[in-house]
Amino acid sequence: MRKQRIGILALQGAFIEHQQALQRLDAEPVLVRLPEQLQGLQGLIIPGGESTTISRLMVESGLFDSIGKLALERFPILGTCAGMIILGREKPPQSVKTLRAMDIETTRNAFGRQVDSFETDLAIPVLGQKLFHAIFIRSPVIDTLGTGVEVLAHLPDGTPVAARQDRLLATAFHPELTQDLRFHRYFLSIISEQG
Amino acid sequence: METERGTWAVKAGLAQMLKGGVIMDVVTPEQARIAEEAGACAVMALERVPADIRAAGGVARMADPTIIRAIMKTVTIPVMAKCRIGHFVEAQVLQALGVDYVDESEVLTPADENHHIWKHTFKVPFVCGCRDLGEALRRIAEGAAMIRTKGEAGTGNIVEAVRHMRAVNDELRKLQSMSEDELMSEAKALGAPLELVLKVHQTGKLPVVNFAAGGIATPADAALMMQLGAEGVFVGSGIFKSGDPAATAKAIVRATTYFSNPDIVAEVSSGLGEPMRGLDIKAIPKEELLASRGW
Repeated sequence: MRKQRIGILALQGAFIEHQQALQRLDAEPVLVRLPEQLQGLQGLIIPGGESTTISRLMVESGLFDSIGKLALERFPILGTCAGMIILGREKPPQSVKTLRAMDIETTRNAFGRQVDSFETDLAIPVLGQKLFHAIFIRSPVIDTLGTGVEVLAHLPDGTPVAARQDRLLATAFHPELTQDLRFHRYFLSIISEQG
Repeated sequence: METERGTWAVKAGLAQMLKGGVIMDVVTPEQARIAEEAGACAVMALERVPADIRAAGGVARMADPTIIRAIMKTVTIPVMAKCRIGHFVEAQVLQALGVDYVDESEVLTPADENHHIWKHTFKVPFVCGCRDLGEALRRIAEGAAMIRTKGEAGTGNIVEAVRHMRAVNDELRKLQSMSEDELMSEAKALGAPLELVLKVHQTGKLPVVNFAAGGIATPADAALMMQLGAEGVFVGSGIFKSGDPAATAKAIVRATTYFSNPDIVAEVSSGLGEPMRGLDIKAIPKEELLASRGW
């Protein structure tokens, strides 16, 4: 079988960690900094980082429009943390230009400042029984979601922190910061699905 | 597990999220807004930029909390602030204010000539400066979750930043190529804990994110440091001491993202006007060099 070629938006943030995760899963990661680098990819990861920075660099490079177009064509995209903010729409007052590809409304820095960043274990049924160790860094949350959006994980208080809408996948936490590859494997399996 | 805050993973993790970005020194909320709009991944809230600290002389201390609070209120990106080397109460104050990262910085006048802060006991993460690998590993052993090479702040002269980055890289390569029976002696020579020396020997890299700092004044300076292996850059005086801060800030952000693309670095470097006036390191009296503060 040919390796899956997966783009990773490499404008700013923790893109190397996603690259390493994909390499360990025997996929072929491609760092994307310019629109022409989106050619021939089967999926894209928008990594964690500073959402304001990533969004601005996306707009200026033309990647914002190219990725927005791909998202409309059912192109598989995984967004983690900042990537989740960029995939959905930000709750007003909006400070970041986002793709609005996914029908979720997010709040940035929802838990407060860095001293409120935390790690915890989450139940994520689509990944199996074993809990998933999740690291939340100045993390956003999903406030409201549309009918086509499936919640994959939530905090004990019910706050959704991972969701799927067709072939779009979003997490408030950072699967790329742990050695647990199940979330990346799940994304690759969505790409392999027919139809 | 229970939910845990202030762990090593979240401290080092924030530095990972800053990678590929530019952290800019700002002294007012207005400057912070310019930095955020230019695409800075974080700001460093200060009372004075290093060039002005250098010019003013006297004792440089932690900024007034009023300034830090005002900047925190203005921007949504992470806000860092500096405390003096060894001044753990300034660090406690910065943690209480809710800053996202504390820079235990040689740019301020040291409060302790023998001891840096024991950083493990804080919930807020710390970044510290280094001139070589031994200094980096000592700070990491004390709990620094991020490292920056020191350079020489407030000079607009990149030569010291290059020297320090090359020193770290040379030592990383050397450690990696050594055999295990040489590591204890090398740990002694570096003045670094054996445990971290072993780790570096195995991985060939620092166990935390390493940015470049001290003297970056142009987009090409930023791209140079990135090509030398920095994972991001701090720009102090280089932006708000330049002729056109907004344009310079934006250009340095682009050059940091596209550091390996000379066409883009050329494009963003065009028509920026006057960069900050630089200082020859040799013209600075030895006792006024900031990088030699801390050990």
